[in-house]
Amino acid sequence: MDSEKRIADKQDWIKGATGDWEIIIGLEVHAQVLAKSKLFSGASAEYGGAPNDHVSFVDAAMPGMLPVINEFCVEQAVRTGLGLKAQINEVSVFDRKNYFYPDLPQGYQISQYKQPIVGEGVVSVDLEEGKSISIGVERLHLEQDAGKSLHDQHPAMSYVDLNRSGCALMEIVSRPDMRSADEAKAYVTKLRQIMRYLGTCDGNMEQGSMRADVNVSVRKPGAPFGTRCEIKNVNSIRFMGQAIDYEARRQIGILEDGGKIDQETRLYDAKKGETRSMRSKEEAHDYRYFPDPDLLPLKLDPRRIAEIKASLPELPDEKRARFVASYGLSRYDAAVLVVEQSSAGFFEDVAQGRDGKLSANWVINELFGRLNKEGKSVETSPVSARQLGGLVDLISAGTINGKIAKDVFELLWTEGGEPAQIVETRGLVQVTDMAAIEKAVDEIISVNPDKVEAVKAKPSMLGWFVGQVMKTTGGKANPQTVSDLLKKKLAIT
Amino acid sequence: MSVDDKTVRRVAKLARIKVEEKDVPRLAAELNVILAFVEQLNEVNVDGIAPLTSVVAAEMKKRKDVVTDGHYAKAIVANTQSEDQFFIVPRVVE
Repeated sequence: MDSEKRIADKQDWIKGATGDWEIIIGLEVHAQVLAKSKLFSGASAEYGGAPNDHVSFVDAAMPGMLPVINEFCVEQAVRTGLGLKAQINEVSVFDRKNYFYPDLPQGYQISQYKQPIVGEGVVSVDLEEGKSISIGVERLHLEQDAGKSLHDQHPAMSYVDLNRSGCALMEIVSRPDMRSADEAKAYVTKLRQIMRYLGTCDGNMEQGSMRADVNVSVRKPGAPFGTRCEIKNVNSIRFMGQAIDYEARRQIGILEDGGKIDQETRLYDAKKGETRSMRSKEEAHDYRYFPDPDLLPLKLDPRRIAEIKASLPELPDEKRARFVASYGLSRYDAAVLVVEQSSAGFFEDVAQGRDGKLSANWVINELFGRLNKEGKSVETSPVSARQLGGLVDLISAGTINGKIAKDVFELLWTEGGEPAQIVETRGLVQVTDMAAIEKAVDEIISVNPDKVEAVKAKPSMLGWFVGQVMKTTGGKANPQTVSDLLKKKLAIT
Repeated sequence: MSVDDKTVRRVAKLARIKVEEKDVPRLAAELNVILAFVEQLNEVNVDGIAPLTSVVAAEMKKRKDVVTDGHYAKAIVANTQSEDQFFIVPRVVE
C-alpha cells in the first residue's frame, strides 16, 4: 500500500486559516514481551520489586559480562509477527544503538537495525460506523528496555532503578497510515488486543508494558508528506489522542504563519496538555549503529516457525467473523464479545446449544453491563456461564418472560442458586393459562370504565392496561399475550 | 574517507571523551592513518560473499526463560553513590 496516497476522510480534516489540513500519523509501539526473565540475562522481568533487585551483572553492564539470548522472548516476537500477518525473517541481527543516559548503563541499547526479526505486516482496524482500515506494519524488532529514573526523591539528584533494564521489548513500527487521533487510538487498541490474545504482551499501559512514540506531520489534503515531529514515550491511549491533536494544531499554526517545521523530538506534558521540544535529545540522534560483536546473527528454524504458526489461538478478527457467521450476531455485538478472550469464551459457554442472539443479549446487556457498573471482570463474575445459560433456557422455553428473567438474574447475582429452582420455588413461572389471563384482563376492564373510554380516543393508553394486568398477575403473564388480548377486548387496532 | 577537525570534535562529544582543542589536529591525522589502513580492504572484491560473523561455524547460544540471576542489589550498587539501593546521579530531567 502506498501510504502517501491515502487521504483522510473529510470529517477528519482540520480547518485552518488557509484551508483544510489533514494529519499524518505513524507509530512506534514498544511492547514489553511477556516473559519470566530478561532478553539477555537471567534476572527477573517481573514488574516492580525492590530497587535494583531484578538486576544481574549483565543488566548493570559490569565489565566482562556477556549477553545470552532468551529463546522464549525470540519465540514471543515470532508469535507476535505471525499474529500481525507479517513476514518472519529467518536471519536477523542485533546491533548496538549508542547513546548516553543514566538509565542505560551499557552506553548502548542492544536493538535490531538493518535486519529485524519481523518484516512487513498489516493490522485491520475497525472504526465507527462499521468502517474498517488497514494499517501497514513496517517491521517488528527485539530490543532491550532501559532502567527507570525517579526525579522526585531529592532536589538535586535523580534516583536510578535498573529493574526494567534489559527486559525484552518488541518495537512495532507502523507505516504513516493513520489520519486522525481516533485512527491512531483504534490501531493501538487493536495491537494491544492481538498481543493479549497471543499472550505476548499484557498490554498494561499503567505499568509501562506498552508505550508509543508518535510521529505527527500535517499536509494539505493529498499533498506530499510534510516534516514530522516525534512525540516520545506516550503511555496512555487517551494522552496519545490529546498529544496528536495538540501537535497537529501547533504545526498548522507555524505553517500558516509562513514558518517551517523543524524535525525534532518532543515530549507530551499531560498536565499542561501540550507538547514541547526535548532539546537534549538533538545530539543523540546520531546513534552510530553497528552489529553487536557479542552476539551472532539470530537464525530461526523454519520448522519451528511453522509450529508456532500452527499453535496460534483464534485471533480477534477471525473470532468475530465466526461469531457473526455461526451465531447470527451483528458485527457490533460480536466485536464487543471478542474484546477479551475471556469474555468471548464466556459467551460461547452460554451460547453452546442455545439461541446465539438471545445469549449475546444477556451476556452483553445484563452481565457485562452489571460487571462494568460494579468494576468486576468476567473472571470474577458472581454469575457463571452455566447459570446464565440456565436462565436463557427458561426464557427460550417460555417458562418465564423477560421481565421476570431480570428479577431472576438479580437473584443469581446477589444470592446465587439454580435459575430453574429459583423460578420454581418462588412461583415465577409465566402464566400460560389463557383463562387466568383473560380473567385478569376482564377484571381490569370492568373496574376502570373511565379508562376504557379514554383508551378508545387515545390508543397509546393501552400500555397502562398492560401494566395493570401484569401487576395483578405478579408480572408472570406474557406481556405480548396480555397486549393482544386487551386489543381484542377493547376493539383497538 | 577522511576525518576533519569538526568530525573529531563531534565524535568526541558523542563518545563523551574530553578532547583539548590543541589535540584535535593530531587526532584527526591519527584517525586518517587508521582509516586508510582499513580502507585497503576495499581493494578486495566481495561481490556475492556474505559477511563473516564468526571464524568458526557457530550457532548463537540461547537460554531458557528461567530466572537464574539477580537479587543482589547491594552488590549492584556497591561501587557507587547509592541510597535505598537506588543509584544516585546528578539530576536529569526534561
